[in-house]
Amino acid sequence: MSHKIIVPIGPYHPLQEEPEFFQLYCEGEKVVDIDIIIGYNHRGIEQLSEGKHYDQVAFLVERICGICSSSHPYAYVLAVEDLFGGEQKVVPERALYIRTIVDELQRIHSHLLWLGLAGHFIGYNTVWMWAWKYREPVLDMFEMVTGNRNNYAMFKVGGVRRDIREEDGPILKKMLDELVPALDLFRGAVMDDPVIQARLKGVGILTRQQAIDWCVVGPTARASGINIDVRRDEPYGAYNRVDWNVVVEKEGDIFAKTVARILEMYESVRIIRQCLDKIPKGEIDAQLRDVPAGEGIGRVEAPRGECFHYIKSDGTNRPVRHKIRAPSFMNVASNKVGAVGGSISDATITLAAVDPCYCCTERVAVINKADNQKVMNGWDLIKLSQEKTEKLKKELKA
Amino acid sequence: MEISDKIKKRFAGRAYDWQENSNRRAYFSVKKEDIFEVAGYMFKDLGLRFSTASGTDLPEGLEILYHFSNDPKGEFYSVRVMIEDKKNPQIDSLAPIFPGAEWIEREIWEMLGIKFINHPNLKRLLLADDWPEGEYPLRKKE
Repeated sequence: MSHKIIVPIGPYHPLQEEPEFFQLYCEGEKVVDIDIIIGYNHRGIEQLSEGKHYDQVAFLVERICGICSSSHPYAYVLAVEDLFGGEQKVVPERALYIRTIVDELQRIHSHLLWLGLAGHFIGYNTVWMWAWKYREPVLDMFEMVTGNRNNYAMFKVGGVRRDIREEDGPILKKMLDELVPALDLFRGAVMDDPVIQARLKGVGILTRQQAIDWCVVGPTARASGINIDVRRDEPYGAYNRVDWNVVVEKEGDIFAKTVARILEMYESVRIIRQCLDKIPKGEIDAQLRDVPAGEGIGRVEAPRGECFHYIKSDGTNRPVRHKIRAPSFMNVASNKVGAVGGSISDATITLAAVDPCYCCTERVAVINKADNQKVMNGWDLIKLSQEKTEKLKKELKA
Repeated sequence: MEISDKIKKRFAGRAYDWQENSNRRAYFSVKKEDIFEVAGYMFKDLGLRFSTASGTDLPEGLEILYHFSNDPKGEFYSVRVMIEDKKNPQIDSLAPIFPGAEWIEREIWEMLGIKFINHPNLKRLLLADDWPEGEYPLRKKE
């Protein structure tokens, strides 16, 4: 008879900074079942929203999540604008472009944050340090565009609250140009690194059929070969006015999810660049008043997938019902199939020994003892570690 | 919308109160006895993606809207079901058709007190363990 052991992870997750509780049911090293317990952070925002004015709700929903804090207000204002006839009809052109720029900046910052955490989970702390280092300029860009590094308070029903200054355009473009080499670095670090491949390929697979059955969204779905993206399927903002691609991977493992996210960041850079080029002059707010009675649905492609808001209005200045469904609500549930069948070490993602330790690459300068001269800087060390990776790759092939 | 016509044809008379707000949004009603069949048809046969469900406490009963997305066309279909019996509200669970409905049904159950028949794991999702039995936070006060 088999013997089941419960391995608890949480409610304070040892790696993530949010409370959640996974109970792994294990037979030996193998995970045979998983219980996901959430609700430690339930704040009753749907109920709170029913007592607030339409203008106040945008600020409330901004506080649902600190990472995708433009997706929720965006989906909310889309839902209210749906009652007015739809965003594309009522919102001024310039505001659509500003919304798109904020939304895409958020995607870059969120994917970088995730990439850093993912690196941390597998014991590849260099990626963590790098990712969070290069995320900082993105937050600076946010500060320039919105005045805030987090919780941007940009969205309001009918437009945006703040304009982008003409003189900021070239600076933003320059910052984007500087970001691209960092993205190249990650693409190299993940896609060419045999250790990462060995660690992530074939792990935590979500097949296409499972992804359909569990109704997952966003990069989780796209990494399993499901070609969905709200930005293209139901264009909002200026997404149908610029040229970009939806990134779809087939394998469904963690590696595919990582690659999908990295490649998406390039698309985001493309979108923002085009928006900065094409943005027209004009009003940024349509001054919508008196929300009509009816039902409105708004959805945006948050960094994690489709974010859904539903508003029921009776013509007063407060919503009767406000339903919010964040993308993780669908994606986390699918861990039930993703984690089961793997080993505990894959589930908790810890990696005991990564030979190439890049940990202090960015902070260390090698000093020649005799004359106190710097002989290597950060980039030299990156080069050194890349050479080592090459060497390792050859050895693995041999 | 093409999908609307298919549903209208397949469930003639049973899918009623059609309301198409734009060329991307359609709402219609079904009886609560029909939801399992209609949702199964939409998910399995028409290949729509289940986005979520939303429950609302209205004066005339408890309303659930099941939202389905037709991603290739960017259309959104919301199926409305009204449960008049507020004392003992019950409806078929959709989780046996697609497990993606499991969590949202657990949420509606604890927030509005609607029981989902044949749900594989109907227990609390978000509320605290010491939340009193029979208190449903999203029910409106009489």
